[in-house]
This record gives sequence, C-alpha cells and structure tokens, in this order.
Amino acid sequence: MGVIESFRVALQSLDANRLRSALTMLGIIIGVGAVIGLTSVGRGAQNAVTDRIQGMGTNLLFVRPGSTQQGGVRSAAGSAPTLTMEDGEAIAEEIPTVLGVAPEAGGFVQVISQGQNLGTRIVATNAMYPSVRNHNVADGEFFTRQQVESRSLVVVLGANVARTLFGDASPVDQMIGLSLGPRRMSFRVIGVMEAKGGTGFGNQDDVVFMPITTMQERLSRQRTPGGQHVVGNLNVQVAEEREMDRTVQEIGELLRRRHRVAQDDFHVQSQQDILETANQITGIMTILLGAIAGISLLVGGIGIMNIMLVSVTERTREIGIRKAVGARWRDIMLQFLIESMVVSAVGGIVGIILGVAIARILAGLEFSGQALPAVVTADSVLTAFVVSAAVGLFFGIYPASRAARLHPIEALRYE
Amino acid sequence: MSMRATGRIGDGATGRRGDGASGAGFTPSPLDPHASSPGRPVASSGGPVIRLRGITKVYRMGSVAVHALRGISLDVYRGEMIAIMGPSGSGKSTLMNIIGCLDQPTGGSYELDGVEVSQLADDELAKVRNRRIGFVFQSFNLLPRLPALRQVELPLIYAGADDRRTRATTALELVGLTDRMHHRPTELSGGQQQRVAIARALVNQPSLILADEPTGALDSQTSLEIIGIFQQLNREHGITVVFVTHEHDIAEHTRRTIHLRDGLVVSDGPVANPRVVG
Ligand SMILES: Nc1ncnc2c1ncn2[C@@H]1O[C@H](COP(=O)(O)OP(=O)(O)OP(=O)(O)O)[C@@H](O)[C@H]1O
Ligand SMILES: [Mg+2]
Repeated sequence: MGVIESFRVALQSLDANRLRSALTMLGIIIGVGAVIGLTSVGRGAQNAVTDRIQGMGTNLLFVRPGSTQQGGVRSAAGSAPTLTMEDGEAIAEEIPTVLGVAPEAGGFVQVISQGQNLGTRIVATNAMYPSVRNHNVADGEFFTRQQVESRSLVVVLGANVARTLFGDASPVDQMIGLSLGPRRMSFRVIGVMEAKGGTGFGNQDDVVFMPITTMQERLSRQRTPGGQHVVGNLNVQVAEEREMDRTVQEIGELLRRRHRVAQDDFHVQSQQDILETANQITGIMTILLGAIAGISLLVGGIGIMNIMLVSVTERTREIGIRKAVGARWRDIMLQFLIESMVVSAVGGIVGIILGVAIARILAGLEFSGQALPAVVTADSVLTAFVVSAAVGLFFGIYPASRAARLHPIEALRYE
Repeated sequence: MSMRATGRIGDGATGRRGDGASGAGFTPSPLDPHASSPGRPVASSGGPVIRLRGITKVYRMGSVAVHALRGISLDVYRGEMIAIMGPSGSGKSTLMNIIGCLDQPTGGSYELDGVEVSQLADDELAKVRNRRIGFVFQSFNLLPRLPALRQVELPLIYAGADDRRTRATTALELVGLTDRMHHRPTELSGGQQQRVAIARALVNQPSLILADEPTGALDSQTSLEIIGIFQQLNREHGITVVFVTHEHDIAEHTRRTIHLRDGLVVSDGPVANPRVVG
C-alpha cells in the first residue's frame, strides 16, 4: 500500500470519529498555542531590552563600584561605596579618548504635585547626561553646568512621571515637592525627557532627574572616609568605538592608581557586556516560558497516545479484517502513524494560529503602564510545527505498533 | 487413528493425481469434461493446490494444552469444490485458518501451490493471503461504514494494484451486486453482505477461496444463493473452493466432503449425487 493510500485510509477513519479527533487535537492546539504565545512574549521582551540597551549608544562604558575579589568570594557589584565624583572628573580630564562622564547617584523619592503623590526613582547626574546616555529633552531644558555647580533646586521629569502628574499639560516651570526620608523640598521643573520606553529592568521614563550636587547637598550625604562624594556609577562616553578596549584599560589603571588598591574595587562594563548579560537573562526567561508551554504540548502528546490506544482497541476487528485481506505490518503501522501525525500536525497548525492570536492580544495589553511586546518569529512557528508533528510520530509509534503486531485470528475474534 | 486417516487420504490423493495427469491440463470452462463431471477433480500441470501432511495445532491455555488438530493430511486439487463437515469443536475453523494462512500450524507441513508456507514470516503470510487466497467468514467481516466498492477494493489496495475501480466493479458484477456498489454494510441484507465479502475474496483472482460457514448466518434460501455463487465461480472460472458447513443439503452441492472429528479426518470422499443450484 502506498503512502497516499495510507493517508486516505487514515483520513477516512479520522473523519469517522470527528469529535474524538477534534478533542485529541485540542491538547496539541493548546500546547502549540501556549508555546508560540509564551515564547513570543519572551522574544518580545528580549527585543525590547536589546533595543533599549542599544539606544544608549554604542560608545558607552559603565564604571561601577565593587566587584572586589575577596578570598574567592565575589561581592555584589555596586555594594562597595568606593566610586566618587572626583574619580569621574579625573577620568574626564586625564583620559583623552573620553568625551564626557556623567556620574549617577540614585534613590527613591515621593513626588508631591497638585495633590498627587507618586513614588519614583531619582537619577542625580550632571549636565553631560543627555549626550553621554543619548537621551534627550523633549520639552524645556536639561540642567546646565551652572545649575549643577550652583546646586539649583531644579528637576527634569521622565516622560511617564510628567504624564502621570501633569497629563498633556507642560510641566515646565511648575513646582513639585520631593521628599526623601524626612526631608521635603520644592523643586522647579525645567524640562521633560523624551520617552525611551523600557521593559525588563526598570523603566527609563519613570524617573526624576536632578543635579547630582543638589542631591548630595540636600538629600543624601554619603561620603567616603576621605570625605569625597560617593556616586552610584559613572557613565563614560568614548569618542570612537575602536578605542573602547584601550579606554577600559586606561580607566582601570587610573582608578587603581587613585584608589591605591591591589585588587580592583570597581569594574568597567561596556554596553556590549550589558547587552550580553541582558540577553542571557531574557534568553533564560524565553526558554523557561517555552519549557512551561512545552509541558502542555507533552501532555497533548500523551493525550494522542491515549486516544490512539483506545482507537486501536476499538478497531481490533478492523485491523484483523485488513490483515486477513493482506495488510502487512508496515501497512497497519503506517495507517495509525499517519492518523496520529495528521491529528498532531493539524492541531499544530491550528495551535500556531491560536498562538499568533494570543501574541497579538498580549501585545495589545499593558502591564503597569508598559506595553508587553510579543514577537512571533518564523523559527518559533516552524519549531512548534515540527515539534507537534514529532510528538504525533513519537506518541503514535507505540499504539501503531500494537495494532500492527496483532495476530489476525485473535484480532478477528475480538468482540 | 491418525495413521488410518492419513493412509486413506493418501490413497485417494494418489488416485486423483493419476486421474488429473491424464487430463489435458486445466481449462476454466463449463464445457471441460472433467470440470463438468462431479467428483472428478482436475489437477494442474503441477501437484495439488493444497498439500497438508501431519498438520497439528495445539493451543496452550496456561498449563492445559488443547489439541485442536492431531495430524491432518490431505490434498486439494485445482478446480475442486469441497465441503468440510464435523461436530462443533472438531477443528474445522482451526484447519481453515491454517489453510488460509491466517494462523500457523504447531507441526506438520503445508504446501500451497507447491510452496511450503507453514514456516513463513508474518509479512510473507500476509502476501500469500493477499494474492493466493480469498477468505469468506461466517460473520461477513466487512469494514464498518465503507461502501461495497471500497470493501472490494481493499485487497487490491494492499496488493498495490492500480486498476482497482474496474476490477472491483467486475468482482461485484460476478456476485450480482452491480446495483449495490455504493451501499454500506448497514444498508445491505445479510446475503448481500456475504456477496460483497465473496467479491472481496475473489477480486485478486486467487487460486483458492476458503469459506468458514459462509451460510451460517443466513436463511436457507439465501444460503442456496450463496452456494450457487460458489458453484458458478468454481464451474465457470475454475476457482478452487473449500468451505465449512454444518448442513448436509449445503454439502451436497459440492463434489467432495471431508468429515473431521476431534482434530482428525474421519472420512473423505465424493458426494453421491451432487446438486447444482439454479
Ligand atoms: N484460540 C484458542 N485457544 C484455545 N483453544 C482454542 C482456540 N481456538 C480453538 N480452540 C479449541 O480448538 C478446538 C477446535 O476449535 P474450532 O474452532 O476449530 O472448532 P470448529 O470445528 O470450528 O467448531 P464450530 O463448528 O463450533 O465452529 C476446540 O476445542 C476449541 O475449544
Ligand atoms: Mg468453527
């Protein structure tokens, strides 16, 4: 019997048991739909994170405190308060390949404005920030060098903060109150940053920017034992991409000299490093989501096996008749394998459609103000289809071989 | 017991073989003098279609062994029409299943068309069932939901034949079911269902049609019609027919009757006054 004939026989018997075939397919449909839907969310997050990191500019280096190697124990990055304003100034002045340095210190504040109370992150930095981080002002101005030096009580709002507090009205020249701990102060809004969008690790738009000196003077007084102002990290803009490696090295040498330490109490990361780390994390997330969905696909496959075993038992007599008129082992095997593969492949196709629909719906939703990106990629669709057909094949083998092994007389006697 | 039975069948077989050898070979025509003379089977140029020697079948059920066949030896020649009779449990179905290559004997030798088939592998047996043997069952054994034409095409599908539609139609014409080709089993009477089964058995032009109580589920009038079809196939197309029956007046429509008891042949001889349907 040819493959085409086997297909016809298989389709006939699927058609004869439409409801059962459809219910069997449902398991695969849900499994494949879940795989496509969930991995698309993972992929979407991955893309968004990549976009955002790349949006920071390619010539960016981050200097963070910590990462000291102590007796084989690596302390968490950012935990040691060793990086100072003066380190940043030294890097900007002494290393020729550095275009600019924007120090960054942070904290959480309550913003009080027009009767609203909003908890948000604060980024304290200098006037170099927009150019170093490739993040520009959409409305009004960023604070100037003079405003930083004079410790002005001015802030620039992130796009989300501005929208939440002021809606469509311009917040420029409005006064807002900030409270950090017990202190509370009035600030003048001088600008609004353009929206960066952001997912994954904190949103760049849910931020209030202020001069770092103001923060050090008025809100936080953390200093090193030597009396220098501590910063969270330094954003370093390098002139040319090909000078990145050399600059990393020179920053290292400079800071080691300044800190007078044998072991580095800081570490320098390029945007590429961060991208890799982020991709690792989102990649793991995608795999996890896919694996969870994969379990439902597995359950769907077991459903196929279950139904096929029932079907083989039910059709024992039919198998006996087919064998009596000359069906060979492979004829019966092929018939049942094709049946289970058709079920899973059709289920796979419907599941792909369902998964794409789920991705579309998810992409339209917003979670805590952030759009959830969902990207269906061709390879995930192809993988889902191939996997579902393979599931049909794998879980079809056992029932099919049970059918094919039946003894004709015993099969014919079966009631 | 087994010696006696074997000896007698051996005698008969020798006699028949000589008789057949004197004939001018097999011609499937009603005008053939041998074919038209009842009780005088015609041999082909070679040996018998079926040659059984000392066939035994033992079913093991736990520690109990059931000896269904205890040593069956017989020869069936091309163009013969034979009835197998015997009390319930005497081993008729067991024997038919072995002859039909649906089951394999525990011991002994079975040559079909001169080829030893008692040791063949499953797939080879399937091929023999497909090409050389047509089997008709008491319970028709048609596939549910499939129209008659499709039922008859089934052996051709497994044979890989390509002119299936025409050949199946011809087979259905032979059993007189031209007007029921697109009916499903549930839309056919018992007699009509058995005709479909016969058409399915003969569609691959087998040398042998076996039938285990083909009229067992039918009334006497319909039984005679079915036997008439077998006679016609045997007479006009030279197909060898072996069937099991419990009824003497059905057995009388053959030219040779074999009686079984307790897994042995107890008698094997020509029918005194063979009857012809129609
Ligand atoms: N699968 C089996 N397992 C065990 N014993 C069996 C099996 N098939 C048949 N037998 C036994 O073999 C013997 C012969 O059975 P068989 O079916 O050949 O009889 P039969 O002549 O066809 O009877 P009937 O006229 O009732 O159809 C019986 O004793 C039966 O119980
Ligand atoms: Mg029987």
